[in-house]
Amino acid sequence: MWDPQLKNRTMKEVVSNNPLEDEAIYIFREVVGQFEKPVLLFSGGKDSTVLVRLAQKAFYPAKIPFPIMHIDTGHNFPETIEFRDKLVEELDLELIVYHVQDNIDAGLVKEEKGKYASRNILQIETLLQAIEEQGFDACIGGARRDEEKARAKERIFSVRDNFGQWDEKNQRPEVFDLLNGRIDFGQNVRVFPISNWTELDVWSYIQKEGIEIPSIYFAHKRKVFERDNLIWSANDEYVYREKDELVTEKIVRFRTVGDMSCTAAVESLAFDIDKVVEEIKASTISERGARIDDKRSEAAMEKRKQQGYF
Amino acid sequence: MTEDKNKVLKISTAGSVDDGKSTLIGRILYDTHSLTDDKLEAIERNSKQRGYDYLDFSLATDGLVTEREQGITIDVAHIYFSTPNRSYIIADTPGHIEYTRNMVTGTSTSQVSIILIDVRNGVIEQTKRHFYINNLLRTKEIIVAVNKMDLVDYNQEKYDAIVKDFLKLAISAEYKDQNINFIPISALHGDNIVETSPNIPWYKGKSMIDILESIRIDDNQTDAPARFQVQTVIRPKTEAYHDYRGYAGKLRSGELKVGDAVTILPSFRTSHIKSISFFDQEYKKVSKGSSITITLTDDVNISRGDMLVKTKELPKESKQIKAKICWMDNKPLEARGTYFLQYGAKVMKSKIKSIAHRINTENLSQTEDVNQLEMNDIGLVEIQLAQDLHYDKYVDNKESGHFILIDAKNNTTAGVGFIQ
Repeated sequence: MWDPQLKNRTMKEVVSNNPLEDEAIYIFREVVGQFEKPVLLFSGGKDSTVLVRLAQKAFYPAKIPFPIMHIDTGHNFPETIEFRDKLVEELDLELIVYHVQDNIDAGLVKEEKGKYASRNILQIETLLQAIEEQGFDACIGGARRDEEKARAKERIFSVRDNFGQWDEKNQRPEVFDLLNGRIDFGQNVRVFPISNWTELDVWSYIQKEGIEIPSIYFAHKRKVFERDNLIWSANDEYVYREKDELVTEKIVRFRTVGDMSCTAAVESLAFDIDKVVEEIKASTISERGARIDDKRSEAAMEKRKQQGYF
Repeated sequence: MTEDKNKVLKISTAGSVDDGKSTLIGRILYDTHSLTDDKLEAIERNSKQRGYDYLDFSLATDGLVTEREQGITIDVAHIYFSTPNRSYIIADTPGHIEYTRNMVTGTSTSQVSIILIDVRNGVIEQTKRHFYINNLLRTKEIIVAVNKMDLVDYNQEKYDAIVKDFLKLAISAEYKDQNINFIPISALHGDNIVETSPNIPWYKGKSMIDILESIRIDDNQTDAPARFQVQTVIRPKTEAYHDYRGYAGKLRSGELKVGDAVTILPSFRTSHIKSISFFDQEYKKVSKGSSITITLTDDVNISRGDMLVKTKELPKESKQIKAKICWMDNKPLEARGTYFLQYGAKVMKSKIKSIAHRINTENLSQTEDVNQLEMNDIGLVEIQLAQDLHYDKYVDNKESGHFILIDAKNNTTAGVGFIQ
């Protein structure tokens, strides 16, 4: 990670404009100006890691003035958790963790069974519970409009009702850069500072800034099996596998990092960030192409968002 | 990620229902190879399911279930594509009459507007409204795309007549400094989208993409006054930064330099700029658009919403303003109604003193004696404010001449105002 103490004090001429970065920092500052109890939703993925860097820039030389929260499905890649804890320590962040497992154990939600079982959808309940218990009025997330077509309709400040629901047909217009965060008690706002970034923008930023990300984003050897032309981690504890789905070893990397049970790998020889950026530029598959949670139906994302997904 | 801000061009689209906006955007995505294989497969699958004998590119952009069911666009969608030259963001705004508010929304952040016209219908009421909104918002670059040329056998007379009608509109417009490009296209068949089409040999201009690529956004308004509004005050409260007070915000317009004499509004206290920083770097100078942190040579009391300007470039000050309002809420704007007025990071109570007139956007005539503005109405109103507002007229400075009105009961963004 970067060291905030390491300052270069030579005076440069003019601030070079990166409009996407300026916009994201502007949004972070509006959050702190308009809300009492914001939180940054942190998954350990590249997008939320970029958010942490942008938040650091927005409030420097002060510390990031809100906690980060991880909704832990219990099916994480161990590399992600290791990375999360290191980042928290280095930046002296306040980390809040909520476990989906707790809700399963308490019988509040029912775990899916079988071939496509995933805890992705179970996160919603845990997230809503966390928001209510902690009294968060703004939850900052790394969703981008280019990811998925329901997300393309999302606002930067997206108001959710007491049940965390997204009312897609009744969204507040966002004109110019004016962000209206006024809400009633019990409501909360989801905030998306990198709404206008594309996948390539995110990767180029990681490259340019030298941001550290979990190792599973880079090519590595992994025990895997194939299903539906997708490559899955062979982890019999978290990922359901049929007896005839054979385990092999491949050199792979992940383009998105979610729950292990819904994130497929791609074969790749991109061992470092420069190679990853090259690979993304040449790619003909969208990043969510490897997310089985979106493939459930044409409207999978829209339905989850209505229920409170971010 | 681009270093040069000119490398991201924001476009909005306007057209009536069935003018083929979504198809045009889908076609642009397809022809610039911006649709990934999995998205393309989804379009092929869905087009087939619906029994179409061509690819329905609108399926790439209509993101909501109701939109796909009804085959219309309801809400602004943001679409991203890039050419080797630069990145583009399209705000796809619906053409249906009751969704004009979405067009204002999309246009407010765009540098270019594409107005679509169905060649069979010509310049209709909706076209006039779309042009008026672009004119009101002072969109510099307009592309008028006459679509569905294939359905009239690529007939030049029909196209020429539409161009002539449109130019009549432009001549009577208030803001004359727009660059207007006309182009005949077929979004469905890809005529004149990336390359000029052999089907339209009489058209001597550039293709749609070439027009977009050639647009240079002149954003160097260094002569515009510096407008910096404080979003939050940074006080680290650590040993190393014991007395540090940084004023964080975005420079909306103009330029600031270390050493500049500045006035803080509304207090009218004066000071000088001690430092300008972006993250851990200090700079001598900053220009429009940057999210920076400023420190001053004097210890003055500054809070969120306060404005920092050059002492020689004070903005206007008043408790009473006139503004053109585009109303966006189901509940009409009422004369005597009270609203929160949000001007950047500053929010204050306001009351509508009077509605001078409603503007009929089809012929620019004015209706006086109105008591309310309904959703999608545009009118000139007089507003009484609870505090002094420091502002510029929208025509003088786009970045510091606009605000929103917020309904005090349900908190929704009910209208947008352009200060006169």
